[in-house]
Amino acid sequence: MVKIKFQNVRKVYNGTDVVDNLNLEVATGKFTVLIGPSGCGKTTTLKMVNRLVDPSAGEIFIEGKNISDLNPVDLRRRIGYVIQQIGLFPNMTIAQNIEVVPRLLHWPKQKRLDRTAELLSMVGMDPQQFMNRYPSELSGGQQQRIGVLRALAVEPPILLMDEPFGALDPITRESLQDEIKKLQMKLGVTVLFVTHDMDEAIKLADMIVLMREGQVEQAASPEKLLSDPVSDFVQEFIGKKHLPTNYDVESVWEIMNPNAVTIAKTKGINESIALMNKRNVDSLIIVDENRKLEGIVSVEEIRAAGRQESRIRRIGDLGIRQVPTINIHSQARDAFDLIVNENPRFIVAVDDEDIVYGIVTKTSLVKALAGVVWGDETDV
Amino acid sequence: MDELISKTLSHLFISLGGVSISAVVGITLGVLLTRISFLSAFVIGFSEILQTVPSLAMLAILMMFFGLGNPTAMMAIFLYSLLPVVRNTYTAMRGVDSSLLEAGKGMGMSRWQLLFLVEIPNAFPVILSGIRVSLITAYGIVTIAVLVGGGGLGGYIYRGTQTVNIGMILKGAIPICLMAVGTDFLLNKVEKKTSIEKRGK
Ligand SMILES: Nc1ncnc2c1ncn2[C@@H]1O[C@H](COP(=O)(O)OP(=O)(O)OP(=O)(O)O)[C@@H](O)[C@H]1O
Ligand SMILES: [Mg+2]
Repeated sequence: MVKIKFQNVRKVYNGTDVVDNLNLEVATGKFTVLIGPSGCGKTTTLKMVNRLVDPSAGEIFIEGKNISDLNPVDLRRRIGYVIQQIGLFPNMTIAQNIEVVPRLLHWPKQKRLDRTAELLSMVGMDPQQFMNRYPSELSGGQQQRIGVLRALAVEPPILLMDEPFGALDPITRESLQDEIKKLQMKLGVTVLFVTHDMDEAIKLADMIVLMREGQVEQAASPEKLLSDPVSDFVQEFIGKKHLPTNYDVESVWEIMNPNAVTIAKTKGINESIALMNKRNVDSLIIVDENRKLEGIVSVEEIRAAGRQESRIRRIGDLGIRQVPTINIHSQARDAFDLIVNENPRFIVAVDDEDIVYGIVTKTSLVKALAGVVWGDETDV
Repeated sequence: MDELISKTLSHLFISLGGVSISAVVGITLGVLLTRISFLSAFVIGFSEILQTVPSLAMLAILMMFFGLGNPTAMMAIFLYSLLPVVRNTYTAMRGVDSSLLEAGKGMGMSRWQLLFLVEIPNAFPVILSGIRVSLITAYGIVTIAVLVGGGGLGGYIYRGTQTVNIGMILKGAIPICLMAVGTDFLLNKVEKKTSIEKRGK
């Protein structure tokens, strides 16, 4: 189901198209994240939903209604709005801040009070302790929690958030991310969230909308975006560092065994045999000086070469066999499929440049599954 | 003693009266200017000119219109305090954190609600400090207003200087000083209550 629909939306500032023929559908009850380089039009796109900015051309529909036909003030009261600067009113207490929209909608006093207490409890803040404080008496993280609660006060079906956690320290940011995701799933609210942090997008999003110069470059689930980037731009924006971390759906990176036994192709036969004995493995991954994959050799092949007393001195000169590989950014599921279907002894985990990072074996898959079934000990 | 009290009261009354009028007019004007910004340079410039007119001259000019007595004094105070009030209101309104305006607007406040729930309350401490300055200046102007037939403690000082009677001068000067100090203390306290305490630090 579509909650918000952008149809050929355009916004022109000083002759330049800040948002350029944008077409986008935001699904009901989902967490949609707008991401992209600075100045690509994320904030402008967001603000067009609650009519803080009106499009120069095109239409925006909420539940099928063209929002240009709606009264902006009424519209905004039904859409939660959270900004990076938080914007709590310093002259009002926490309770008064949360009750702004309920008051605008003339809720009776008792209903407001109950709702405020309920909201505070939802994020683990004691109502008695916090209701009558002023924003300045709260930490940044607590303030933004209130900012979120204030936006959720009248249970709006839509929540807009513009880099809400951008100014918080990493630890506070993490916990607020967890909280907003929980709240979103619990309340079923449709969230449109702006960030420039790929980790955050991957962690929170059901759908990531990567924008570039006012247009949608790619709109896809995090998994899809990571595995099938449509362009070099997407690939580059995702960047290497973002991929393996905070990846909800487990990636190969997380389940692989990083202690793959590799050997440079220039090493001698005897050295190879010694290494195999020492590490107690029956094959070696041969790499070049940059750890780029060349192939594998098994213990039998090395022994055969050794018996011949042949001219072969270097391991790289042996007949190297190809080996199944998988990209470290791929989903663990893909590695699983590969192992189940083709039954190799192991798969080599490589990056886009074929650099070896580790191996995936049946053992690593079993460990990963055990982590899912019994919980991951490293989390305790 | 009765005379001292009545003169003190009328001194206060004239000052507060003039400043109250300028507070009402000045705050309205200041708020209005934030909405029609091209007028602001003009209005603020005009009240700046008003303030450069020497107080004695101002009183004399006003006397021609309002005659002798307290209304003239009040009018003078009104004109003098207009500038600080308008200017402080204007800058205070302009200085309200733009994120508060965006939050308020984004939550669905109408323009009036934004004005009364966000802008004015957050500008209030600075507006108040303009009123405080005006009021303290007013005590001094009322002293001179005795020359245009105004009441107040200026009478003692005037008579004292005529007769070279230090005691008489002090009888007028000391209550004025106390008033000024008291006003400053009181309004400072209110300013702090409305700003610093709530904003922390
Ligand atoms: N009110 C405005 N008047 C003129 N230009 C504007 C206005 N608002 C935004 N712009 C311009 O439009 C472009 C897009 O701005 P926008 O704020 O939507 O970008 P953004 O993707 O949110 O960037 P950031 O990540 O830096 O927040 C920018 O070049 C900006 O300078
Ligand atoms: Mg932005």
